[in-house]
Amino acid sequence: MQSQLPIYPEQASNFAPHVDALMFFITAVCVFFAVAVTIAIIVCFFKYHRKSVTEVGVSFHGDSRLEAAWIVVPLLLAMVMFAWGAIVYVNYRHSPSDTLDIYVIGKQWMWKAQQPTGLREINELHVPVGRNVKLILASEDVIHDFYVPAFRVKMDVVPGHYNTMWFRPTKVGRYHFFCSQYCGTNHAVMGGWVTVMEPAEYAAWLAGSTGEANPVAEGEKLFAEKACNTCHFGSGLGRAPSLNGVYGAKVLLADGSTVTADDAYIRESILQPNAKIVAGYQPLMPTFQGQLTEEQILALTAYVRSLESQPVPAKGAGIAPPTGKK
Amino acid sequence: MSAPPASPGHQLPREHYLNATYGIRSWLLTTDHKRIALLYLVSVTFFFFIGGLFATMIRIHLLTPTGYLVTPETYNKLFTMHGVAMIFFFLIPSIPAVLGNFLIPLMIGAKDLAFPKINLLSWYIYLVGGGFVLYSFSTGGLDTGWTFYTPLSSVYSNSAVTPAVIGIFINGFSSILTGLNFIVTIHTMRSPGMTWFRMPLFVWAHYATSIIFVLGTPVIAITLLLAGMERMFHLGFFNPAMGGDPILFQHLFWFYSHPAVYIMILPAMGVVSEIIPTFARKPIFGYSFIAGSSIAIAVIGFFVWAHHMFLTGESTYAALAFSLLSYLVAVPSAVKVFNWTATLYKGSISYDTPMLYALGFIGLFLIGGLTGLFLACLGLDIHIHDTYFVVAHFHYIMVGGAVMGYVGGLHFWWPKITGRLYPEFMARTAAVILFLGFNLTFFPQFILGYLGMPRRYHTYPPEFQVFNVMSTAGASILALGYLLPMIYLTWSMRYGKVAGPNPWPATGLEWKTPSPPITENFPVTPEVDWEPYDFTHRPDISLTPGTPSLAPAHGDD
Repeated sequence: MQSQLPIYPEQASNFAPHVDALMFFITAVCVFFAVAVTIAIIVCFFKYHRKSVTEVGVSFHGDSRLEAAWIVVPLLLAMVMFAWGAIVYVNYRHSPSDTLDIYVIGKQWMWKAQQPTGLREINELHVPVGRNVKLILASEDVIHDFYVPAFRVKMDVVPGHYNTMWFRPTKVGRYHFFCSQYCGTNHAVMGGWVTVMEPAEYAAWLAGSTGEANPVAEGEKLFAEKACNTCHFGSGLGRAPSLNGVYGAKVLLADGSTVTADDAYIRESILQPNAKIVAGYQPLMPTFQGQLTEEQILALTAYVRSLESQPVPAKGAGIAPPTGKK
Repeated sequence: MSAPPASPGHQLPREHYLNATYGIRSWLLTTDHKRIALLYLVSVTFFFFIGGLFATMIRIHLLTPTGYLVTPETYNKLFTMHGVAMIFFFLIPSIPAVLGNFLIPLMIGAKDLAFPKINLLSWYIYLVGGGFVLYSFSTGGLDTGWTFYTPLSSVYSNSAVTPAVIGIFINGFSSILTGLNFIVTIHTMRSPGMTWFRMPLFVWAHYATSIIFVLGTPVIAITLLLAGMERMFHLGFFNPAMGGDPILFQHLFWFYSHPAVYIMILPAMGVVSEIIPTFARKPIFGYSFIAGSSIAIAVIGFFVWAHHMFLTGESTYAALAFSLLSYLVAVPSAVKVFNWTATLYKGSISYDTPMLYALGFIGLFLIGGLTGLFLACLGLDIHIHDTYFVVAHFHYIMVGGAVMGYVGGLHFWWPKITGRLYPEFMARTAAVILFLGFNLTFFPQFILGYLGMPRRYHTYPPEFQVFNVMSTAGASILALGYLLPMIYLTWSMRYGKVAGPNPWPATGLEWKTPSPPITENFPVTPEVDWEPYDFTHRPDISLTPGTPSLAPAHGDD
């Protein structure tokens, strides 16, 4: 398959052929220009070599048609590169709706992944072939970057932000993943392996692993421990809005704007409660900054998400009037 | 000087800037731009040496996948200190503060820069900044990467970050003052007849560079100071745990540090624009396009910074805009390359050392510039961002481009600076060694990057070893290529053949005064009534080497 001295990595995701095609196109254009200029220089260098010490070159100062040509032609080619690259990038930044969502947390110097079932892995990631996979990335400390060369995808993992990346593995196998944003002493060993499995094998692998806490159960426990449930009543009669059905819905804010209650919004509401106040409520909630790990925040988010199916109270739900559920 | 005549007949002038006064005070308190240039020459060479030493250790360490030479901590410090020393204390000041300082007044027919004392102050500020950075290097080192990304630098790093950011903050003022000095000098001190479009392109390039110095440097200075304050006083500018945003740091950092790349490359382009017409003995092709493209690069260069951040999670619209603008800035660079190449057509081309460097520059800058198109491409950047592809790309620009330009320029003006010629054969050999060594060092890194090897790795999977070995082998050749000029240039200061005022010959004003020049540069203020790089209407230039050629041009007789 691969030669002894490969010059490109294996193609194992939906993005790999597109990125490689871009690479091929830009390389072809660049090699053409580089070779043309190099040949011109070498030919001139020898052909117009000074024959006598007093020889002077032929005096001319320029040519505006030539100048126009070598401004316009590179510009047009550059625009093609831009447009093609933009198409691939926009596709990469907008994940499809039917993704398998896996949480990935980077911390100095290891990767923790959590499958939808709550199954946790360290420096390993198992995904089924042919399925759209979305990674939701969070960092416990500094900026990291999750990079799978065989998939041609990477994304920075930034503390205080949720970034997402997606891909569709196309080939069963084991592939390196790396941290590619310098993150301190052991940056170079902060990596591991992505295992792409047949869907049936993946399902068996998920089922076969036991003894893991269910994130929803863990989140429910935290919800009580941190006394969230003293204000956020399911009935909508508490001092804070009910969280039933809020995940993925539009929330009406005090300033009249609306926001979609996604992972990032929930995270922000926990850590900086006063950043966005739900219409009709007072800014009473204390911050939980520094009191929760990224994993605990994910557990709470999973719990809130599990309330999606709960009945939404008529009053005190915080959801924007034309219930814009996804 | 391919065939030196039997009797050169040149004598060093009786009095010149080097022997006008003696003693250590006459150097440390000088306000002569030429002497200050030499002070800078010594100090940037010192930092180049330090940075080069770190680079050597990095390449030796990477010979094997596990890396036996140093610990991970030390490796991280090596690449950080390599970057900081090379970028802030060698590359940025190299051509402007050494060659620019020496040549701009000579090229426009002025006695000195507009503010000679501020010029000296710039050098002292550089020394103080450099002192802080050396203190950081020697007391725990620095392991944040030269990019100082927060919150790694401001919260998590255990190395001597604070003195380093203070040093770079202080050093920023040196750049700002130099830029200010150049701008005022170029505006106000041109000699009679030296109109804007008669100025050497070297001066145009420095004008563009100075704009970046003045507008960009304050931003990096204050940004690093903010990171330092976050570290010292636990303020929350960039630390997300305190409500800050680490991405803000990157915006501020790259707002300067991308234009800083143009600070490094524009002056080198200026050098090449001088060398090529001189050794092709004909006017440069498309003078106004080359001059204009310098300004265009400086201006557009300010609006491309976030192309370093396509994968930080920045908005898709921002990424589209910055990718488009990055492609636009490629066009003026392409214009320069085409114009230089066209200048060679029907020239009278010699194989002198500066010409070899200039042509080598074009070749390497071509690869460096073209690979920029790969990185500006949004879809492709997803894969090659933060890999060795980036490392190879910017070394082609900064080392292949800026350093080749600097070393080429040193050779070109060495006779003017010292009054003596370097050994030509040795110099040509070194130029070829540099070119080959450079390519062997950095070309394999493009492939490494596409294979997926991330930057800043002290250990790597074994499948990457072949290209790393090639790179290290190239680096040892490259090191030889740098040591040779250091040795023979130093040697030639005493033993080189006396050059005479205009050995090549070249058309600029700086060649119409003795080598080395007198402290006041010109005995009488020169007047210019010729077009730049014109060999055919200049009876004052003797094309026969060895003839004393300080005949007045037909304007000032």
